[in-house]
Amino acid sequence: MKKYEFLEHTADAKFRAYGRTLEGAFKNAALATFAIMTDITKIKPKIEQVIEVTSRNKEALLYDFLAELLFLMDTEGFLLGKVKSLKITHNLTYSLKAVVLGDNADNYEVFTAIKAVTYNDMFIKEEENKVTIQVVHDL
Amino acid sequence: MSEIKPKKLNNYSFIVEKHGSMKVPLKIFASEKLIEKMEKDNCITQGINVASLPGIKGSSIMMPDAHQGYGFSIGGVAAIDVEKGCISPGGIGFDINCGVRLLATNLKVEDVKPRIKELLEELFKRVPAGVGAKSLLKLSDSELDEVLKDGAEWAVRNGYGTKEDLENCEENGKMSGADPTKVSQKAKSRGRGQLGTLGAGNHFLEIQFVDEIFDKEIAKKFGITEENQIVVMIHCGSRGLGHQVCSDYLRKMEDTFPEIMDKLPEKDLIYAPSGSDIAKDYFAAMCASANFAWTNRHIIGHQVRKALERIFGEKVKVKTVYDVAHNIAKVEEHEANGEKFEAWVHRKGATRAFGPGSKEIPKHYQETGQPIFIPGSMGTCSYVLVGTEKAMKESFGSTAHGAGRMMSRKQANQSWRGEQIKSELEKQNIYVKAASWRGISEEAPKAYKDVDEVVRVSHKAGIGKLVAKLRPLGVVKG
Repeated sequence: MKKYEFLEHTADAKFRAYGRTLEGAFKNAALATFAIMTDITKIKPKIEQVIEVTSRNKEALLYDFLAELLFLMDTEGFLLGKVKSLKITHNLTYSLKAVVLGDNADNYEVFTAIKAVTYNDMFIKEEENKVTIQVVHDL
Repeated sequence: MSEIKPKKLNNYSFIVEKHGSMKVPLKIFASEKLIEKMEKDNCITQGINVASLPGIKGSSIMMPDAHQGYGFSIGGVAAIDVEKGCISPGGIGFDINCGVRLLATNLKVEDVKPRIKELLEELFKRVPAGVGAKSLLKLSDSELDEVLKDGAEWAVRNGYGTKEDLENCEENGKMSGADPTKVSQKAKSRGRGQLGTLGAGNHFLEIQFVDEIFDKEIAKKFGITEENQIVVMIHCGSRGLGHQVCSDYLRKMEDTFPEIMDKLPEKDLIYAPSGSDIAKDYFAAMCASANFAWTNRHIIGHQVRKALERIFGEKVKVKTVYDVAHNIAKVEEHEANGEKFEAWVHRKGATRAFGPGSKEIPKHYQETGQPIFIPGSMGTCSYVLVGTEKAMKESFGSTAHGAGRMMSRKQANQSWRGEQIKSELEKQNIYVKAASWRGISEEAPKAYKDVDEVVRVSHKAGIGKLVAKLRPLGVVKG
C-alpha cells in the first residue's frame, strides 16, 4: 500500500495518506507533512519527541496532531523522519500518543515552510482494512 | 467548479444575487479574463458562503485577484456588524497582517546596478530569510509582550527606525486593542525567535526601480519623484506567531460552538458571535499579532536602511512611503443601503484603500488618499496605487493585494529548476539571492497570475487609482 501521495493544489499542499488502520494513516499523514518541507529519506533518527493530544473528534485530533508537529518544527527546528509508535484511544474524546524520531533542521535543506494545517477539504475515510486521510496545508 | 454563474454588471464587475441562505449579494470585481479563472476553482462558492454569515452588511466582496482559500476566498472582503454579527479567523487568514512596506530612496538605478550583488549579500546578512532562519534579536518574555502591545513603537524606543517611519504606517504600527495575554504561550514561543525575519514562500525583499509614473503629482507626495529612482519593497507578515494564533482560535471556536460548526459548509468558516468572550479574545490576539507583523516589517526596514548606508554611504536617504496590511480585520464605520454601521471589516488578501479625507490615514496623505502597494511575484513588476472615494462606497475601502498563484508548487518544481530561473532572471538584469534553490523554482514568475491585469481591473473599477509601476532589480527570497 502506498504511504501517501500529493495531489494538485494551486496555492498550497494537498495530500492523501493511507493506512490499514486509523493509526497507520495518521503516521503516514505525519510523514507526508514533512515530505512537503524536505527530503525525509535523508532525516536521521537522532532526536526523539513525544506528542500527546486530546480532541473532540477524529478530524480535530488530526488537526491538533499535525499542528503540534509544525510547532516543534518552528520552535525547535525538529524535522520528522520516522514515527516510532502511534496510539489512538477513544472514550468520550479522542486521545493520541506518538513517539517520533528526527533531527535538527540546521543539518538539512528545508525548501518549503508550512504556515498551518487547515480543515479545507479534510476528510478521514474508514473502510475495511483501508483508511484514507486528506489534508491541505497552508503554505 | 462553481455551479452558479455570476451576472455581468459592467466590464469590471459581476454579481451573484441573494438566494438561498445568502444574507447579502456577492459582488466580484473582475474582467472577463479574471472571472474565467475564478470560475475554475471554488472561490465563488466560498464568496457565497461568506454572504451567508450572520451580520454581514452590504455585499460579500471579491477582488480581481480572488482565488480559492480556506472558508473565505483569498481576495475576499466582508464587513460584519460588530454588535450583531461575528468575527471569523478564516476571514483574516493564518498570516495575520501579512502586508507590504515600501521605502523610497534618493538613489538611482545607475548607482545601485553595479553593486547589486554586494547589496543583496548585505541584506541577506541583516534580514534572515528562509525556513528556520533565526532572528538576530533575543527577546525576553516581557520584551515580547511589549512588542505585542506596542507594535512598532517598541522598535523605535529600542533604536530601530524613526518616528517618521511610524507615521507612515497603517495604524501607526500599533493596534490599541492588542492584549498579549490572549496570545498563547505556543504562539509566543513560535514568534520569539522570528522577529526581523522574512520567512519563506511568496515573501520577499526586493530592490526595485520606478519604471513608469502614471500620476506625477500624487507620486511626488508619496516621495516617488522620477523614473529610475530606487525603492525597496518588503512583503512579509507575523511569521509563526500569527499562524499559531489563527490555528489556536479556529480550534477554540470549534470546541466552544460545535452547534455553529455543524451547520457550516466549510469548517474554516467557523466564527465567534459578537458579544462572546472568545470574539473579544480573538480580536485582542489578532491585534497583538498585527503589532508583531508591523514591528517585523519596521525592523526589516531599519536593516535595509543600514545596508544601503553601509554600501552607499551616509548620503543615502531612505523614507518609508507607507506600510499596508492585506490580511486583517479592522473596526470601521461604513455605510450600505443608506444605513451607517460599525463593522469588523475582514480583509483576507485585500488591501485597505481609503480615499482622500479619511481620518485613519496620515495628515500628509489627506489630500491624495492612502498609498496602496500591490506586489507582483518574484521578478515581475509591482504597483503603487492610491485609495479612492469610490472604494469607500463600492468595496468598504478595499482593493486587490497581489498576483495569486496560477500553478501548483509541484508543477512549478517539475517545470523548472531554481538555477534555471535564476539565470533567466539575470538575463533580464534581475538578481536573486535565495535561501533555497527550490524556493526559487516554486516561486517562478510564470507560476503566478498576471498582476498587470489585476491592477488594471482595480484601476478601471475605480477601487484604486494607478500611481506608479515598479520593476525589480534584486530579490532576496526565503
